Amino acid sequence: MTAGVRPEELHPGCLPPTPSQTIGPYFGFALSWEDGPLVVPEGSEGAIRIEGRVLDGAGVGVPDAMVETWQADPEGRFAHPDDPRGAVEWGEFRGFGRCATDGEGGYSILTVKPGPVPGPGGTMQAPHVTVSVFARGLLQRLVTRIYFGDEEERNGADPILSTLRGGDAVRRTLIADPTDRGYRFDICLQGEDETLFFAI
Amino acid sequence: MDEVERKAKLGEGTPLWPGPGEGLVVPGYRRDHELVDPALDWPAYRGTSLRHPRRPLVPIPGTLADSTGPLLGEDRVGEADFDLTSGHPGEPQGQKIVLHGRVLDGNGRPIPGTLVEVWQANAAGRYWHKVDRHPAPLDPNFTGVGRCMTDSQGRYRFITVKPGSYPWENHFNAWRPAHIHFSLFGRAFAQRLVTQMYFPGDPMFPYDPIFNSVRDPRDRERLICAFDFDATTPQWALGYKFDIVLRGREQTPFEEGHR
Repeated sequence: MTAGVRPEELHPGCLPPTPSQTIGPYFGFALSWEDGPLVVPEGSEGAIRIEGRVLDGAGVGVPDAMVETWQADPEGRFAHPDDPRGAVEWGEFRGFGRCATDGEGGYSILTVKPGPVPGPGGTMQAPHVTVSVFARGLLQRLVTRIYFGDEEERNGADPILSTLRGGDAVRRTLIADPTDRGYRFDICLQGEDETLFFAI
Repeated sequence: MDEVERKAKLGEGTPLWPGPGEGLVVPGYRRDHELVDPALDWPAYRGTSLRHPRRPLVPIPGTLADSTGPLLGEDRVGEADFDLTSGHPGEPQGQKIVLHGRVLDGNGRPIPGTLVEVWQANAAGRYWHKVDRHPAPLDPNFTGVGRCMTDSQGRYRFITVKPGSYPWENHFNAWRPAHIHFSLFGRAFAQRLVTQMYFPGDPMFPYDPIFNSVRDPRDRERLICAFDFDATTPQWALGYKFDIVLRGREQTPFEEGHR
């Protein structure tokens, strides 16, 4: 984002990261896994659908996007050695979901609702799913978070949601609405309802 | 840009919440990728116009969800998936190549056991994808999809053919330089990377808005593989080498003292 400053100068002795490039329009035949959208196997107890559409600045569905999700298990743990509380497996929960959008920009992930996760400074983060969006026309991935509309109390105490500038209109873009089979979360790349994206 | 503004941009300024030292300490990842990645708003690449967010990205401190990530295993990868020239009745058309390299983090450490996915056009510049309408022929012996896991030294290796350039509709007489798409996970959500690898000396470089969306020539150079005579195999294939660097972890004071 900054002209002139080099990674090598900021962090002597370190290697600069390889730059990002767009995923392009032709990834579907390579990156679509049969079980991609299944964070938990079909038929799992408590499984929910998180689904919605990826929309462009004209409000048109983006048919060549890919949505990826990463999240804690219902206990708020990660099956990963860098979780300082220790890596914990939770049944057949994979934590990771991947779904290419359909012709209308729709995606759908089968998962379970994550538990709250500790944040730095003794805070507690509300249940959330971390999201990457890739698409033709995106030169780097976009990162956002899905919070849950029926978690008002925890959302109110979440260290990220509660410190966002821009008020409710912006906060709303990060909150999935409950549906009869899970939650609905549209991702607007641009425009009035533009989703808030993070630099992580 | 002054020091304070620069640091704030890199997330090294005052955090939104109390910093480490209290409660859970999460290993953070440096944000130097922001200095090398393309801008999202890049008019020369028309596809960005309705797809780039207008609001600036909001920096947030590293959290558990960013410093962990999917550790996808061997079960994703078939034994022959590294060989894009296999699995068909015959040999694909085109120049056979061995493409290899290492996946490293920004601290120079190899990343072992991480999934590498690649996809590409065939030697004539046509993708095995229903959306691709380029009239160049499909090759019944080449699909153009490969996967492998890095070994204990972070090494990967693919056998494939050199992809062709292909036309696209971005501007008059637009052709993409030959490239292979790469998708990498690393060990953390923060390290996720999708990129494209190019071949040395491609005459299309000056005309390609996607390649040139990476603004510093030194960074563009790092998207180009190198011809590798040592990996070139007599009577069989040319060798190319391409190392990939994912974001490095911030040094903790402990690590700093032991480098």
